[in-house]
Amino acid sequence: MSDPEAFAVRGSVDPSLTDEFPGLYLRSALVERGSGRSTRGMKQRLAILSDRFGGPQAIAMRSRPIPWAYRVFFRHIGLDPDEQPTPVEALTLERMKKGGFVPSNLLDDALTVAIIESGVALRAFDADRVQGALSIRPSMEGEGLEGRPGALPDATLLIADELRPLALLFGATAAERGVHPRTTRTLLVAVGVSGVPEIAVEEALWLAAECMTGESGS
Amino acid sequence: MSALLELDSNAGEGDGRLELAPGLGKWTTEEDLRAARIDLRRQIARMERELGELFATTFPRLGIEWNVGAAGGPRVLGIDELSATRDALANRLAEARAEIARRADHEQSNRELVERMIADPAEYRWVRVRNEDVGEPGCKHWHSRPKWGIIGMFLGWWRVKLSSGCPLATG
Repeated sequence: MSDPEAFAVRGSVDPSLTDEFPGLYLRSALVERGSGRSTRGMKQRLAILSDRFGGPQAIAMRSRPIPWAYRVFFRHIGLDPDEQPTPVEALTLERMKKGGFVPSNLLDDALTVAIIESGVALRAFDADRVQGALSIRPSMEGEGLEGRPGALPDATLLIADELRPLALLFGATAAERGVHPRTTRTLLVAVGVSGVPEIAVEEALWLAAECMTGESGS
Repeated sequence: MSALLELDSNAGEGDGRLELAPGLGKWTTEEDLRAARIDLRRQIARMERELGELFATTFPRLGIEWNVGAAGGPRVLGIDELSATRDALANRLAEARAEIARRADHEQSNRELVERMIADPAEYRWVRVRNEDVGEPGCKHWHSRPKWGIIGMFLGWWRVKLSSGCPLATG
């Protein structure tokens, strides 16, 4: 993991979407471990982050470039970022409600650190339940999301592997595709949008993976 | 571009050319529609930035509506839905700016009231102006009250007392 650029694998975006959203892209990174209990170092890191990240930072967040880019993209794809907050804003709201970033488990804590530090939207899947390369594409007619009744509305934007949808873009994960206690390999996934530099996405993945593997010395 | 905003995005699908809304009387291509969608997205991005900046500068004022609503997704929105989002953002921006301007006038008059109270407390007996009334955070308030309680009240010794801030949290 010495080179963040080589570490992040490029996913594909359906051509119909690249025409509409030229800045949309996907990167993923494999971590050879699952989640588990959060470490003492990670808890300290979250405590420091809680002290650094307070009300003024939360208020100013909307006008920072990367969180703003995600808010704009949410509007472009029909989501209301005030009703369904972007990942970084969802964590910020939790920070404000709970008075700090409360440790949960290793994966969630690693994602929290990486998302708050970078502003980039990250999520994770069980790598052993992902078949082949990842892509962002519209749903096909009659296609559904595992664990969710009925078919998805036509052309719903998805993160998918070569066989099936894994999750809605910025939405629910398909049943059994997320990380669970028996997961041994985790696939970290970042979705970049117009206005989010690739270097920020790669560093977000790098940071989350470092937090999980303990290579940052935490 | 304004003509493109009037397009009926469902008309004429299948032959690569789409019919304009009634009255415009000519044809256009999918490329034109895409250009219109891109332009609308650019407008939405600009308004979202303005709304974010307004939100940050407005703090700590409460009671201003910021929600815009959404068409539902995630999916690629058509021109009519992007237009609706753009219009909703524009309306929200206009309403928020009007509300902030109204409050700014009110806050300015309250600041002037505080100055007058400090200059002549006896003229403004028992008047209280809170931080919130002048658009500032915190629990501080200016209160015109008599010095030494009832003695000051009879002798006309009035002063403006500045409170010491928010009460301490209780267990």
